[in-house]
This record gives sequence, C-alpha cells and structure tokens, in this order.
Amino acid sequence: MKNQTEKTSIVNGRSNWCLALLSGLVLASCNPAGSGKLATDTDNGGLKLPEGFGVLVVADSLGAARHLAVNAKGDIFVKRRNIEDGRGIVMLSDTDGDGRADKQTGFGDYNGTGIFLDSNYLYASSNTDIFRYALDENGHVIDPNAPDTVVTGLIDRRAHNSKPFTIDGAGNLYVNIGAYSNACQVQDRTKGSPAMQPCPILDSAGGIWQFRADGIRQTYGDGERYATGLRNVMGIDWNNQANTLFVTQHGRDNLHDLFPELYDTKASATLPAEALFRLDKGANAGWPYTYYDQEQKKIVVAPEYGGDGKKESTEDYLTPAVAFPGHMGPNDLLFYTGDMFPEKYKNGAFVAFHGSWNRAPEEQAGYMVAFIPFKDGAPSGEWEVFADGFAGVEKIAAPDDAKHRPCGLAQGPDGSLYISDDVTGKIYRVIYEGGA
Amino acid sequence: MKVVHNRTLFRGLLVALVAGACMACGGNQSKDSGTAATVTDTPETVEQEPPVLTAGMTAGKAIYEQNCVTCHQTNGKGVSGLNPPLAGTDYVTGDKNRLIGIVLNGSNVGLEVNGAVYSNAMPAHAFLSDEEVANVLSYIRNSFGNRADTVSAALVKEVRALL
Repeated sequence: MKNQTEKTSIVNGRSNWCLALLSGLVLASCNPAGSGKLATDTDNGGLKLPEGFGVLVVADSLGAARHLAVNAKGDIFVKRRNIEDGRGIVMLSDTDGDGRADKQTGFGDYNGTGIFLDSNYLYASSNTDIFRYALDENGHVIDPNAPDTVVTGLIDRRAHNSKPFTIDGAGNLYVNIGAYSNACQVQDRTKGSPAMQPCPILDSAGGIWQFRADGIRQTYGDGERYATGLRNVMGIDWNNQANTLFVTQHGRDNLHDLFPELYDTKASATLPAEALFRLDKGANAGWPYTYYDQEQKKIVVAPEYGGDGKKESTEDYLTPAVAFPGHMGPNDLLFYTGDMFPEKYKNGAFVAFHGSWNRAPEEQAGYMVAFIPFKDGAPSGEWEVFADGFAGVEKIAAPDDAKHRPCGLAQGPDGSLYISDDVTGKIYRVIYEGGA
Repeated sequence: MKVVHNRTLFRGLLVALVAGACMACGGNQSKDSGTAATVTDTPETVEQEPPVLTAGMTAGKAIYEQNCVTCHQTNGKGVSGLNPPLAGTDYVTGDKNRLIGIVLNGSNVGLEVNGAVYSNAMPAHAFLSDEEVANVLSYIRNSFGNRADTVSAALVKEVRALL
C-alpha cells in the first residue's frame, strides 16, 4: 500500500484540490514569481513575531502535521500523525519560486511523528519503527515503496507512543521511547493507586535509546539505553557546539487530581516544569521518582514516592538546562545554525510549544514557539516567546479553542525557520526581512 | 449530516467561481476506519434549550470539576489524540450500564470515539459513591450539548455489584 501520487495544489486540501487551484490563481496574481525576494503574507499567517520577521504560509490542510524536515533544494517533508489517503508522509515542493508549495506528493503508509533528513537519506518513524529512504541527487526519495527498516519493535502502548529521533554527526541515532504512564502507578492516573518501586517501565521505555543510523532491523538488544528517567521526549536535537544531545521533556500530569490535599488547581497548572535537558550518556532525569519544581528551583520527590511538594530529592538526578512553566508541551527542539536570522539567534534553541491541556480548569498556556539564546553550547540568557498567535484567540480555556498548534520545527537551506501545525496542517515559513 | 451539507454548498460555490474546472473534484469521502465495533452517532440535541440542571446534576458538576475536567476539559470536548470528548458521543448519551462501567473501572483499551482513538488511560473512579457517580453522569449526559435521561444511584449500585 505504499504508493505515491501527485496533486497540483497550492493549499493542499485533502478533500478538494479545486479550492487549492482557485487559491493558487488568486495568490499567483498578487505574488508574481521570479520577483527575487519572497513576499511574506500581509498578516504574517496570523502570527506575532519580533520586529523584522515575516511569515509566509507555505501550505495548509495537510492533516495532523507533526515533525518536518527541509532538503537542500527547499522541498519539505512532513510527517503526519495519522495517515490520510494511505499516506503518512507528505512532500511539498515549490516549482515556481514564490515560496508556496505548488506540488504535493505522498507516501509512507504509517502513522507517527518523527522525521529527519541527512544528505543521503530521509528517515521517518512510526510509533514502533524507524525507516529510511535513499535520496537522489535532488534530495528526492528514490523508491517511496521500499524503505529500509532501521529500527523495529519499539514499545507502543498508546500513551506517549510517538518516536521522535535525531542523528548525530557520527552516525548514531537517538530515539525517544516514551513511558506508557503518567507517574508509574500500578493503575495509570488513578487516585490512590500506589507507585511501582522500582518503576518497571524504565527497562524498555521512559528514556532515549541509541542505535546505528545505518543498521538494519535493529531492536532493543541491538541498541542501548542512552539516558533514562525521561517521561516523554518530543523535542530532540544534536547540539554541534556542545557536541551532545539536548531534549525537551513533557512533565507529569494530574498533581491536583491525584493529590488535592497537596496541590491546588493553580499549583497543578504550573507544576512541574517542562524541561530542556542536556543529555550526556548515562544521564538520569529522575522520572517517575522526582520532578523539577521551577518555582522552588529544586528537584522534589514525586508525591507517589513519598513527596509532599517540598521534600527535595537526595538522588543525583539531572537538573534542567532550562525550566519552563508546566504542561506547555514542548513538541520540538531546533538549534538554529542558519545565517538568515540576526546574530543573537545563531546556535540558539527554538522550542515549539504545542500548548497545554493539563491546566484545566485554569486557563491553558503555550501554543507558541520560544527561543533560548545559547553560547558555547549552553543557555546564555532567559527564554522568550518568539512566535505567538497560532491559537487565533485571546483566551484558551480548552485546547479545542486553538485554531492552530505549533508542533514541528525545521530549518531551510536559506536559514528560514519552518513551523508545522497539527490542527489543520498549516506550514509556516518564518523569514527575516529586517536586514535588507 | 452537517458535513455533507457543507460540502454540497462548498461544491456549488466552487462551480460558480471556476465554472467547469471542478469536474474532478468532489470532496473525497472521509475515510473513517469503518470498524463496526464502535458507536459514533451524534445525538440530535442541537436545537433544544439547554436542560435546567437538577440538584443532582449541580452536585455532579462539582464532582466533574474535581475529577474529570483536567482531561475532558471545561467544554467536554477532550483533547485531540489524548482524551476523548464527552460531547456528542453515544458513549455518554447511550447505554448507561456501559458508561457506569467505564467510570467505575476506567478504560485503557484505546476505545474509538467518533472515529478517533485516544491514547491516555481513563482512571477507575470506584472511590466515588453510587450517588456521586449517578450525579456526575446525569450532569455530563445533560451538558456540552448532550441531552439524555438521568442515571440513578440504584443503577450504579447494580452495575458496581456486577464488576
């Protein structure tokens, strides 16, 4: 069932490419190709950005667009969470040079989130496997129907089953295997259910596993657990300056629901921290035994393991490199190595916050892309909101209120920053215009 | 039915705008998995006035806010991919025994609700009393656009005895 089709479209409506054609005519008439500089949208796709930045909406209606990658020619590969028309990967191309996708192809008959490009291969993950597709000299997949299976048989028990991954410069592949649990209770998320000690989930999940990027059909025994104590990692990227891995973890949920006597709804909305970790081999980030409290600035014992919200851990667990407010859902991480953006962004980290749900009944938060400056491979300043306005509403009481939610990040060959949205499947391209 | 209606309108609009260019279009049918084991009908409750909450439902609202709202949200629409909606699903407005069973036992089998599967576990709420379960279920069966008859504590007791 791995098949490939082509559609001529600008806005890639899955159900009506005629709308796409119509939009294409309108867009083309006010944005002539070949004018040299790309014309950004007058409304910046609804986003708010720092002075000098503009946004061009490359495509929309792709479905649940998760992570994405851009090749040297500017073609965009997008991983869909759910297959549509049998296709879990979409490739977008711009043939007339106006920056908007006018050609769409699809392949890959599996759900999933992770996607990664190097100069020779496109890699993509289902919720159990990682596949790779050889590329031709134009960066196009040679045979979409016959990928190699690089990794197979990773655990998928629905909860936290996405398998985001990255590859370092030495041919090592690092994949998240999320814990299929909130806090390692005997009965997940159930009030009064005791925690398991030690947590048995950590033998096959709740960490980052390392494999060879050029291996075939590797599974648990062929790789090794690179880091543990990570509940669920969605953002994962290699930092070339520090020459090490960084990840973003989604912190545990339901503190108030499970322990109302220790946490009120306000505390439960902001705790624990969402964390950016520097991960060296052998690191242990403490899940499920502890969590990081960004307000007390300490690693505290989880209430399931005897904590009271204040008791500090005596174990040697990893402290976050950056601690963000709770539940904002850091779904992707990108170290910016391009030359387009101003100097402050060089080698810094962009984090796509999918937006919270576990803050209810309090107001939700996140739904934006943040930036953290880095120097010599370590954070060098406070994090700030970089791109906001995805939700399209002032107040987000429930995730369903948000019209768009940022999910994936990628850097284009010219240094543009691409952001995916998994509500309608919009692809934003952020361009710096201030310098010219 | 709403979807079909919109698609028809939409198609007409397109034809008017780009006459003849749209012969190939037609809105692909949405391709829900079609697994027969699930019930996905949307109850026809839209035109009705929202029901007046009884004392039991008002008590149930408080139970909802303490135990359910974090996952199922203030609007009862859940969270895409993670927690299923309570609005507009037969799981809530249909078979009461099944609904009581899910609340008391929890569910971690990946139920398909309105064509989608949700990944988070639903915890068991057996710690709630029969009356509390009856009240919260009566509340959700008459909130978020839902309208269905109430659940009695006697029925909860009966279902609990069978678990």
